[in-house]
Amino acid sequence: MKRLLALGAVVLTTAALAWAGSDAQPKSSGAPKPAITKAVKGERCVEDNDYMRRNHMKVLDHHRDETVLEGIRTKKYSLKECINCHASEKTGSVAAAKEDFCVSCHSYAAVKIDCFDCHSTKPQGSIAMHPLNAENTHYKHKLAAQANSKVSAEEMAGVAQ
Amino acid sequence: MSELKPMSDNTPSSPERRRFVGAATATAAGLTIAPGVMLYEVAHGRSEDQPASSAVRWGMLVDATKCATGCDDCVTACSTENGWTPVAESKHPKQAPQWIRKLELQDPLTQMETNLPMMCQHCAEPPCVDVCPTGASFKRADGIVLVNRHTCIGCRYCMMACPYKARSLVHEPLNDTQKPDVPRGIGCVESCTLCVQKVDRGDGNTACAEACTAAGHNALLFGDMNDPESEISRRLRELPTKQVRADLNLNLGVRYHGI
Repeated sequence: MKRLLALGAVVLTTAALAWAGSDAQPKSSGAPKPAITKAVKGERCVEDNDYMRRNHMKVLDHHRDETVLEGIRTKKYSLKECINCHASEKTGSVAAAKEDFCVSCHSYAAVKIDCFDCHSTKPQGSIAMHPLNAENTHYKHKLAAQANSKVSAEEMAGVAQ
Repeated sequence: MSELKPMSDNTPSSPERRRFVGAATATAAGLTIAPGVMLYEVAHGRSEDQPASSAVRWGMLVDATKCATGCDDCVTACSTENGWTPVAESKHPKQAPQWIRKLELQDPLTQMETNLPMMCQHCAEPPCVDVCPTGASFKRADGIVLVNRHTCIGCRYCMMACPYKARSLVHEPLNDTQKPDVPRGIGCVESCTLCVQKVDRGDGNTACAEACTAAGHNALLFGDMNDPESEISRRLRELPTKQVRADLNLNLGVRYHGI
């Protein structure tokens, strides 16, 4: 009897496992790959892509010490410049959404970034200065208002006549 | 006051020559290369790849006789430039960061009122640097006392050591509200940086001093205390000034007139 019970248990477990296996998602090849979007600004990075993928943290660390301690503020390897180029078109940030440049890779690699506890994730300067924005972005609303007022003026003239 | 001195006044000593060259560069930099575009980088002699130099000591002269009652333009300008929330707008005013604060003092005997801004005094011998267990609190070569937030552990020893209560701890997450030029964040101590981002850019002035001048009070003067030709050195030579808690012998970078 005991043997039968044990056999039954084994059969049940196997069946359950098989059912669970069949119900699970079809297995893809590993975790979903990060979406690496091309930098909005600039043609190429300050170093080769392969080098930057492996060593960006080293160059950033080195540069940050020079900047903070000595006041050297060169643009190459500056986090601010990374952000200026890599901020996403959608969010205007490198770390606001899951698909944003820094976050997409770091969540794939499961490496926590704490840069943005202190550093802004958005490009420097007014929005008008950022290449994402057309040159006249910051006064587009004024242009629109002008255009509107012109139309309304014509309409007004028409009404007057 | 003028930066260019007559050539006949030019002594053969090298600092004099350096000043002349500096003045010449500044004059050249004043030329616009295109309408509205200035050569900022060379305006104050230090290019962006050069480290801060100990030949310079940045400091500030506060003329308390000109500091106006009820005016806090310097405080507002500082919070705007550096991105800290003004105390009045903070959810927790008692623990809100204050990089600069306005003091209104009254002599209990004579009822004389004195107005002055109080902030990091940028000591030459800073107690905050002495006590920091991680070396995060440091004095830059050009005399600006800063906190390296990469090594600050938020222990707040420096806040206790500072005789001027100039430092604050950021208690709340800032949620990406920082200025790109001024990184600051939860768990780190911070204080007046003499607008180090502006200094490094070559603006040669701080947000508070700019605001004070714009308001027409001219109570704040920022400049190089090591350069005998600078406006601040000239005024320091002429005016009787005091260091707050001069008894501590800290050789302050911020000097007060009229207190």
